[in-house]
Amino acid sequence: MSRYQDVIIAGFGGQGVMLIGNLLAQAGMEHGLDVTFIPVYGAEMRGGTANCTVVMDEHAIGSPLVRRPLSTIILNQPSLEKFQPRLAEGGVQIVNSSLVEKSALEPQRRTVYIPVNDMAHRLGSVKMANMVALGAWLKATGALPPEAVRDAMHRVISQHYARLIPANVKALEAGYAFV
Amino acid sequence: MSDCLIKGNEAIAFGALDAGCRCYFGYPITPQNEIPEVLSALLPEAGGSFVQAESEVASINMVLGAGSCGIPAMTSSSSCGISLMQEGLSYMSGSHIPGVIVNMSRGGPGLGDIGPSQGDYFQAVKGGGHGDHRSLVLAPATAQECYDMMFRAFELAFKYRNPVMVLGDAIVGQIKEPVLRRPPADAPGAAGLEERAADWRLEGYGRRGPDATPRLLKSVYLAEGALAARNRLLQEKYEAMKAETSVACTDVDDADLVVVAFGSIGRIAGSAVRLLRAEGCKVGLLRPVTLFPFPEAALQQLAKQGKRFLVIEQNLGQMIEDVRLAVRGIADAAWHGVMPGLFIGADALLDPIRDALREI
Repeated sequence: MSRYQDVIIAGFGGQGVMLIGNLLAQAGMEHGLDVTFIPVYGAEMRGGTANCTVVMDEHAIGSPLVRRPLSTIILNQPSLEKFQPRLAEGGVQIVNSSLVEKSALEPQRRTVYIPVNDMAHRLGSVKMANMVALGAWLKATGALPPEAVRDAMHRVISQHYARLIPANVKALEAGYAFV
Repeated sequence: MSDCLIKGNEAIAFGALDAGCRCYFGYPITPQNEIPEVLSALLPEAGGSFVQAESEVASINMVLGAGSCGIPAMTSSSSCGISLMQEGLSYMSGSHIPGVIVNMSRGGPGLGDIGPSQGDYFQAVKGGGHGDHRSLVLAPATAQECYDMMFRAFELAFKYRNPVMVLGDAIVGQIKEPVLRRPPADAPGAAGLEERAADWRLEGYGRRGPDATPRLLKSVYLAEGALAARNRLLQEKYEAMKAETSVACTDVDDADLVVVAFGSIGRIAGSAVRLLRAEGCKVGLLRPVTLFPFPEAALQQLAKQGKRFLVIEQNLGQMIEDVRLAVRGIADAAWHGVMPGLFIGADALLDPIRDALREI
């Protein structure tokens, strides 16, 4: 299971959690891996966090759900509170320093504390904060080459928004370069 | 054809289309709404009909109507909506009318929640409707199986002239996975399915020429002995369905303990079994793919080899009864329940399986 990887991506509704989850799964599939993507609906849909789980493996995936993820992408404070305690030992968390208090980070965790909102804003739109975070995750985990994700954008981002792809690629690269 | 990354629900819709479904009737309910969403766009384009009915009761009776004309038709809903359809399902069985029903079940009882649950097992496999009605029941665990099983569902519905249910849950309905769309060359398609209905479907008396005899599809048999004869026919049909029994087994050959689990919990249990194998535990997995007919023979055979069983299901104890019946007189089966509505990972099943192994 050398290429096994899983990640829980969490944030407010509207931060693009599902989009980068889909994008990662699509890229993994195009890279020849088996993948699962599952949005978890529940009480957290209203007001709290939206989250999804992506699993990638070179073998057929059994469970699409993970209790103790090998990695997380945390885009807001409530998500850190929910998922930091669940992070597997030795796992890595990508944490949005623009919205999450540094004091909330557990020092023993491997953490990439990155201002994805501010970086996205400087690149043209705060809406691309999710892509910056995904770029950082790609570098921190080495799970997929960033090119795979870049290429997959054309299948995941609709034709209507295709003009935004170059900017999103820049955001992805900025996150990758930060780590 | 390359893989596409789609939800289990979308795979159901594409599978139905590719298998030859011509009519969809349904009423919206979470967590299965992607099925009508996709079919509402694509079925009319393919020359079929999509109707959003006024209720689940209407939906199943529309399926009954289309099926009585020999047309491949389906509906989909979730738990409480499926409860409303039970009368229609019983009439379809009683009248020998084919149709496909998808239940992407939700937590129950009552309105429950929209999380994963296997609480509809009894309703699905024990008939659900009144009388000795049975549906053939298929349980997908992956988005690919959602797609492939729609071919099987329509084939079996027309082969046995009976309702076929595809029983999933919120996990398999909402999961996105690579799915290979490949209409098999040997699938009958709409025309092939309708051809099988040529000698019984209602198509207009006059159209079959002057020597045609009237056809009547009904479930009421009031004359003395008539209902007995009808039920004997149904009994033979349910017996014949045993030929369709299907299971997916992993690592059972040298296993001391065989985990029995279906659908989404089946695949999660599969991960747990793989992790325990890596620890050296002699465990395997038997995942029933057909829930009715139930894989009694496969379980019996394993029981005779001295294996013991642990049933894991997301309800308060339903399939365990069928497993115990299957292995009665040879072995017993332990049980571990996951509460409906919970999203669990493989780690939640490791200790229950270790405990069952220790108790052998």
